[in-house]
Amino acid sequence: MRAPTFWLVASLVGAAFFGLSLLVPNQYYFQAGYVVLQYIVLATAWNILGGYTGYVNFGVAAFFALGAYSSVALYKLAPLPIPVLVLIGGAVSGVVGLGMGYLTLRLRGAFFSIATLAMAVVMQTLITNWDYVGGSRGAYILRPAQVPILGNYIVYLFLVMLILSVIAIGVARSIERSRLGFGFASIRDDEQAAEAAGVPTLRLKLVATTLSGALMGMAGAPLPYYVTYLDPSSGFSLSYAVNSIAMPLIGGMTNWIGPLVGALFLGTIQQLATVTISSALNLLIVGLLLVGFVVVAPNGIVGLVERLIAAARNRR
Amino acid sequence: MAALLEVTDLGKHFGGFTALEAINFSVAAGERVGLIGPNGSGKSTLVNCLCGTLRNESGSVRFDGRAVDGLAAHQRTRLGMARSFQLPKPFASMTLADNIRIPLLYTVNARHGRHLSPAELDERCAELLQLVGLAGKARQRPRELTQVEMRKLELARAMAAEPKLLIADEAMAGLSHSEIDDILALLSTLNERGITVILIEHIMRAVMSFSERLVVLVAGRKIADGLPQEVTRNPEVVKAYIGE
Repeated sequence: MRAPTFWLVASLVGAAFFGLSLLVPNQYYFQAGYVVLQYIVLATAWNILGGYTGYVNFGVAAFFALGAYSSVALYKLAPLPIPVLVLIGGAVSGVVGLGMGYLTLRLRGAFFSIATLAMAVVMQTLITNWDYVGGSRGAYILRPAQVPILGNYIVYLFLVMLILSVIAIGVARSIERSRLGFGFASIRDDEQAAEAAGVPTLRLKLVATTLSGALMGMAGAPLPYYVTYLDPSSGFSLSYAVNSIAMPLIGGMTNWIGPLVGALFLGTIQQLATVTISSALNLLIVGLLLVGFVVVAPNGIVGLVERLIAAARNRR
Repeated sequence: MAALLEVTDLGKHFGGFTALEAINFSVAAGERVGLIGPNGSGKSTLVNCLCGTLRNESGSVRFDGRAVDGLAAHQRTRLGMARSFQLPKPFASMTLADNIRIPLLYTVNARHGRHLSPAELDERCAELLQLVGLAGKARQRPRELTQVEMRKLELARAMAAEPKLLIADEAMAGLSHSEIDDILALLSTLNERGITVILIEHIMRAVMSFSERLVVLVAGRKIADGLPQEVTRNPEVVKAYIGE
């Protein structure tokens, strides 16, 4: 499928999904669906750097929370419409991604990962001590109860996140089939060989951190309006990083379908567990699933399906 | 003939250890040069300095009429300097055709002038795999290859960048007699097509039959440079290899 066709199909699927969602009588569906969609964006964004380029970023929460806190800061300054906040949040996190990339991409493997984790801690400390956005007390956001046409505000946020999911998936898919995607994959496989083949590895890695960071910031920007109260410990929660890494691992890291499947699967289970048992179980679920998948399907759900298809074809 | 590669007073240190000291040599366009030396003499370090993987602290490298000091490895590749690695470094997750596609996309298509269309890229991948005798395996992955096929893939990937100079770093280590002849024949074909070749090798039979000129490194210094027959009779070279 060519890129424009894919964008069209993805938009149509998104629109159809939204149409069907409107038929659901329960408002809580949108509340829970928002979180699952948010993880589709985060997992897809993480996978651009982690899956395609091979650099494991533990600092997801930092990019996500920076997007959220740019919205908080702007809310105090002058309330803006959500789509504008999304763009600004994306820009802020993108710039931070570029900066982080520049500082840390000379590190490889575990050292890079540790540096990203450290960056998340530094960012959290900075925000906690920044009084303007509420400091450690947190910040309250007053959101309108209704929006025109859609009615309920949560439905509106759900739609925004759905559009962001389509954009994130479209971006990931376009990268995969492009010159950029081949470059990323060559860096993941062997950086020295990539350089010898003419790939400007540093520049490409900066593109990856910037894109990945920007998408995470975009996912975070509507958060204050969703939760209405945001404090640093919830915005920078480690579970964002754990989930965003676990979802591509469980779904599959080599293409755009993996993070999507992983986020839908894991996100939905977590939302179900939250209402039926307890949200305290969420990280336990992630842990158990990760262990299970490492044993049964080390290449994720997508890898497992590919293997089964190949096996079925060989039997014939 | 004008020199394609000119190395002047090149030096490289790792901490207090001098890996290379005051290396001078030049390679003419179209030449076949063998670079030999005992283990640890600095051959691979020299290759890495030439290709930009390592930075030399002193001296300079001129390639194709311009100084390349300070240029990153990928920039040197784009100028026409290609290498194969001592231990093959294939792109493991990609098919053989895609392994070749990377240098085509990032070297050939990154240069000024006409860019290859997707159809031309496919064609070029097939041609290069054909050249090294891997045409039937275009859709396989590197892990399915034998050692000698892996070396051939390395050479095909280096060739895809349309180099003027090919630096083959121990492309034959660990291969059998007939496999070595395979690789030698391949390198000769490339040389006949006008590509200058620097061959780094331990296997003397291969070096002697291929090289027009030998450069000998011992302990980070160049101790000999000349016709193969003369160099191997040079008492210093004999001493370095066999002892006194």
